[in-house]
Order: sequence, then structure tokens, then C-alpha cells
Amino acid sequence: MNNLLVTHSVSKNFGNFKALNNVSIEVPKGSIFGLLGPNGAGKTTLLRIINQITMPDTGTVHLDGELLNEKHIKDIGYLPEERGLYKSMKVGEQALYLAQLKGLSKAEAKTRLKFWFERLEIGDWWNKRIQELSKGMAQKIQFVVTVLHEPKLLIFDEPFSGFDPINANLIKDEILRLRENGATIIFSTHRMESVEELCDDITLLHQSNKILDGKLVDVKRKYKTNTYEIGIKTNDNAILQQELSEKFSVSKANFKTLDNELKLNIKLNKDDKPNDFLSYLTSKGEVSHFVELIPSVNDIFIQTVKNS
Amino acid sequence: MNHLPLIIKREYLTKVKNKSFIIMTILSPIIMIALISVVAYLSQLNNNKTRVISVLDESGIVKDVFKNSENTTYHILEKNMSLDDAKSKVEKSSNYGLLHIEKFDDMDTLSKHIKFYSEESPSLTLISGLESRIEKKLTNLRLQQKGVDIEMIKASKVNVNIGQESFEGEKTSKIDSVVKLIFGGISGYLLFMFIIIYGNMIMRSVIEEKTSRIIEVIISSVKPVQLMLGKIIGTSLAGITQFVVWLILGSILMTIVSAIFGIDMAQSPQQDMMQQAMENPDVNMQVQDVLTAFYNLPIANLIIAFILFFISGYLLYSSLYAAIGAAVDNETDTQQFMLPILMPLILAVYIGVFTVIEDPHGTVSTIFSFIPLTSPVVMLMRIPFGVPLWQQLLSLFILIATFILTVWFAAKIYRVGILMYGKKPSYKELIKWIKY
Repeated sequence: MNNLLVTHSVSKNFGNFKALNNVSIEVPKGSIFGLLGPNGAGKTTLLRIINQITMPDTGTVHLDGELLNEKHIKDIGYLPEERGLYKSMKVGEQALYLAQLKGLSKAEAKTRLKFWFERLEIGDWWNKRIQELSKGMAQKIQFVVTVLHEPKLLIFDEPFSGFDPINANLIKDEILRLRENGATIIFSTHRMESVEELCDDITLLHQSNKILDGKLVDVKRKYKTNTYEIGIKTNDNAILQQELSEKFSVSKANFKTLDNELKLNIKLNKDDKPNDFLSYLTSKGEVSHFVELIPSVNDIFIQTVKNS
Repeated sequence: MNHLPLIIKREYLTKVKNKSFIIMTILSPIIMIALISVVAYLSQLNNNKTRVISVLDESGIVKDVFKNSENTTYHILEKNMSLDDAKSKVEKSSNYGLLHIEKFDDMDTLSKHIKFYSEESPSLTLISGLESRIEKKLTNLRLQQKGVDIEMIKASKVNVNIGQESFEGEKTSKIDSVVKLIFGGISGYLLFMFIIIYGNMIMRSVIEEKTSRIIEVIISSVKPVQLMLGKIIGTSLAGITQFVVWLILGSILMTIVSAIFGIDMAQSPQQDMMQQAMENPDVNMQVQDVLTAFYNLPIANLIIAFILFFISGYLLYSSLYAAIGAAVDNETDTQQFMLPILMPLILAVYIGVFTVIEDPHGTVSTIFSFIPLTSPVVMLMRIPFGVPLWQQLLSLFILIATFILTVWFAAKIYRVGILMYGKKPSYKELIKWIKY
């Protein structure tokens, strides 16, 4: 079993509205899985189904090879996008309560909480009430509560919202560490740069359908267009540009250089090899810049959503 | 996983530790006792003042019935003083009032011309007291005039009291019915009060997760049914705790206050009258009857039934409040749902008072003692009149089943309600939700 979580053609309707339409995803063990999609694509509904908050109309969900059932509650840690804490309860009491709901014993929960509170340097908050804390502080506690029972599957929905860059980084490091310790992570966000940085696999939902999925590198490979960004210094830039436009599709590139170089984006033809192209270029002048343009997740996202 | 005890514990502790809850728990009995003390003190003040009443008895036949008592002194004026003189004299003095009895030979005319003059309008009890004294005297006088021996009348008076007995040999009486009515009334009223005071608390507690947005975290670890049940039980326990504290604190304070200020709370002007009445052998008999009526009640059955019906009834109404809490996002949206909840309760009390007393085992009473929303009140009122065990059990079963059904229903609404943030639910919407 290489996949920790598998959903098989899951559908969900709310009245006449189709929230999910035959969505199948496979989350490999030990990976960080990016669940992406524009607003209203059905991400939250899918996450709620995985958390057994709602039931799918059709389709199945398997966790670790078993059909999802009540005992899996303790195997999942969920940090929802809509989140909060009991305002009038003290931090420590509250964290203990939530940990016990996830099946930890009180003593065990206490030890682990002490550990985490120390690690995130929030030990002296234990007796504060939530209403005395800032939003970012409360978010930290929510993060701790989510991961405390060391679940196999962690689900983070916009985990960085409300954090300053320093704390966001801290949480990012913790997420990476959790993966190293064997957790599988589903990560839903609109911040593409963090997807780029963290995710191994991605799935893109749009209007209740899955429109894209796979390993991030595979997806990028698929979406790359064999385009290179070049900078070259010749005696007459215009002649070379003319020559290149005849052979390839060419557009202007924008990047900063020191000299007055010819800067172009060049899309190679299907069978062209980058090496051949490079030696061709060097024969024409002094190459100062030669980079393959790899599509960013952001580009892929926008492109796929627009096209579908 | 069963998290019910954990949820109950949290709900209970957060309620009990809440500052305003603690303040209310301590303050309420103090305020109550303070109010009662003030009222008792004031009425005693009023009572202690000795009233002086001047009596101008021109006829001279009734003046001997006015005997001075603790609170009232009678000042008999000269028989031949004129009414105007008497009035001005009484007005100048600080006397309470002037009773004027004109002289007529005819008893009927005399009785119609008795007047009481005073600055302020006199108290009702005073006037009726005077009336009954004069009445008695005049009646006796007239009887004597007609040559009737009063002693003989007294001696020949017969008291009739029809004893009632069921075919099974259970003895009852008129007074029994009154005692039963009072018992049923108190239980119904207590339930009513409890629901009004603590129903809202349960509703607010159910809304809590939504306003603090913790709902998704909680609901991904706990089943909504458990959450609902935990909230209802936890909050109810907190309510019972508060009630018990009120009772204990109240009685302690009562004792302290009466010890310090020497105010006998129980003593009121009414008690004086009671005491007077007690001397009357008839009333004394009645008190005896009340006591026997009380002992005749099926006490064990009553106590058990009271506990069971009270708890189940309270839980049922609580679950309705929980269902409302589950359906809405914030407290302001709850208004439209409140009335329909209280209606059956009010109806139950009316049925109890008007129907059960007339005909405790009639169709209306019987039917309503099975309908879950009215049964806690109506059945409790019926039980003192003797209800077969199977009926009690059936009614209780229906009540508990409805409670469980309502909690399940509330949980269902709750689960669906999460997905509909910010939408004000209509009844139509609610029905749609159940079908999911």
C-alpha cells in the first residue's frame, strides 16, 4: 500500500448544487499533497468528507487500505480554514480537552503539550484565556492541537493565514519536520509559492471536478513548453532576431542585464535539442543568459482553470 | 469513541466556573432574601402600630362587642355626643377612624345606617372584622327578641362531611383534591420555571461552537449527537447545581436574617387571622383533614414519578432548545422559534388546572398525559388521583423516546447547519435539512 488516502469517485450534492463530481484522489504515504482550486471548487467539501463531517452521496474513501470509519478520527488531524477556540477557556485546559477528544489520555496529552509549548516558545500561555491572545497566537495553539495526537494524516487548510512571515516560516519548518517523522500531509491553500516549495503531489479541483493531478514535477514536465529565455550579445541584434523569428516562435523577454543584449523567449520546435540550440547561439555571439522556462504552479493553475 | 463524559465535564465546568454564573448563583438568593426581609419588616411595622378606633354608639346595644386586642384599641365615646363633635374630635386626635352607629328601634334600619369615618380609606380586613362582630351581635339580639334560646341553636348545630371512598377502598375527600391540585401545580410550575431559566442557557451553549468557530475542529472529533447530549446534560447539571445552591444558601440566609433581626418571616397579618380561625374547632378539623389527605397521597409513587417526569420533561424541552441552537448562527435569530416551544408548556398548565381537577381520568386529561410535550405537567397532576402503573410507564417511555428523537434531530440539523454559514433558516429549510 503506497497510498495512505484514496478517494474513489466521490460525489456530493447540496440540494441542486453539485459540490463534488466523481473526484478520485490518491495521497501517497509520506508525501505533502497539495489540494488546489479556485474558490468554491469543492476543496473544503472534500476535506470535510475525509474528516467524516459530511458523508459523500456516492463514492468511497479509504484510509490506509480500510474503508473510512469512526475509529479513524484519531488518525487524522484537521486544521480547518474556519477555525477558532473556546474564547473563555484557558489555553492549557482547552488544548487538553481537544487532545482528549482525539483519544489521548490526559497525562499523555499533558506531556506532549508541554513539549510542544516549549518548542514553540509559548509555555507561559498555559493559563491565559484565548480571548487575551492575538489571532496569530491562537493560530499557533490550533496548530499544536492539530498535530498533538500524532496522526497519520494531517490536513491543513490555509495553515499560514494569520501568521507573520517569521511564524509562517516556523510553521512551515514544523510541517516539513512532521513529514520527515512519517506523517502524510494534505495541504490546501491559495498561496502558490508555498505549494511550489512544499508539495510533492498536487490535485487541482475546478467547479467540482478534478482537472489535474500528479507529481508536481510530472505536472510541470507536462506543462513546460520547451521555451528558453536567452540573452545574447552580437554585433547586430536585429539580424539575429530576424533569423531566430524565422526558425522559432519568439517573444520579447524581460529580465535585467548589465549590457545591451538581445533578450528573447524562444520556444523550440518539437524535436529540437537544447544543446544544439545553445551551440547554435554561441556561434552567433556571446551568450550571457540561457534558462529553460519552467511553468510555475501559479501559471499552471491559471492556465488550466481558464482552459477548462 | 465515547466522549460523552468528557463533553459533559467540560460543559459543566465552563458553566460553573463562569464569573457571571457564580455571581448570579450567590447574588440571587441574597437579593431574594433582602426583598422578602424588607417586605416582612415593612408589613410588621404596619402591623405593630396600634390603631385606635373611636366608637359612637347612639343605640348603646353593640358597644360591648368591641374588645381591645393587641393591634386595635376601641375608644367608646359618650353616647349623647353629636356626630359633628365626635368627628372633629377624632379628626384632631390621631385616631384611625370613627365608627358611628345611629339609634333606630328597627334592627334592619339600624344595620343599614352604620358608618365608618376615617382620613384614609380603611383596610379591608378591619372593616370586615367590624362587620362580622356587629352582625353576630345583632343577629343574637334579634334571636333573643324573638324568644329563641341561643344556647339551644349552638347545641343543635350539625356538621356534615361526606366521606369519599373508591371501590378499592381508597379514602378521599374534598380536601384531598385541593392537596393534589397544589402538588400538581407546584410540580408544573417548577418545571416551567426551570425550563425558562435554563433552556436559554442550553441554546446559547449549542451556539457557542459556531460563534467561536471551533465547530469544525470539534465536529471532526466528536459525533454531533454526543455533542448535543453532552451539552444538554452538562448544562442541566450546572442548572441543578445552581438551584441547589440557591435552596441551601436561601435557607441559611433566611435563618440568619430572622435570627439577627428577630423578624419572624412566617408571621404576617394573615397568620393572625389563621390563629383566630384555629381556635374555631371547625377549622381545626380541616387542618387535620389536610394532613391526612397529605398522608393519603401515594407518596412513594409521587416522588419517583416526580423525579422521572421532571427530569425527562426538562430534558425534552432542553433538546428542543438545543435544536434551535443547532439551527441558527447567533442568538438574535432565535426569537422566532421561542414561542412555539413555550406554547405546549402553557397549554399543559392550563389543561392541568382546568381539566385534570374536574375529571382526572377523562379523555382530555388522559390523552394529554401521553403527548410528550404536555405529559410531564399533566401526568404529574394526574398521578395524585391514582394512575395505573402501565399508563405512567407508557407515558414516560414516550417522553424519553421523544427526547432521544429530538436530540438526534438536533444533531442532524447541527451537522447540516455547519455547511450553511450565515443563512437564516426558515421552517421550510429545516424540513429540507432533515431529509438529508
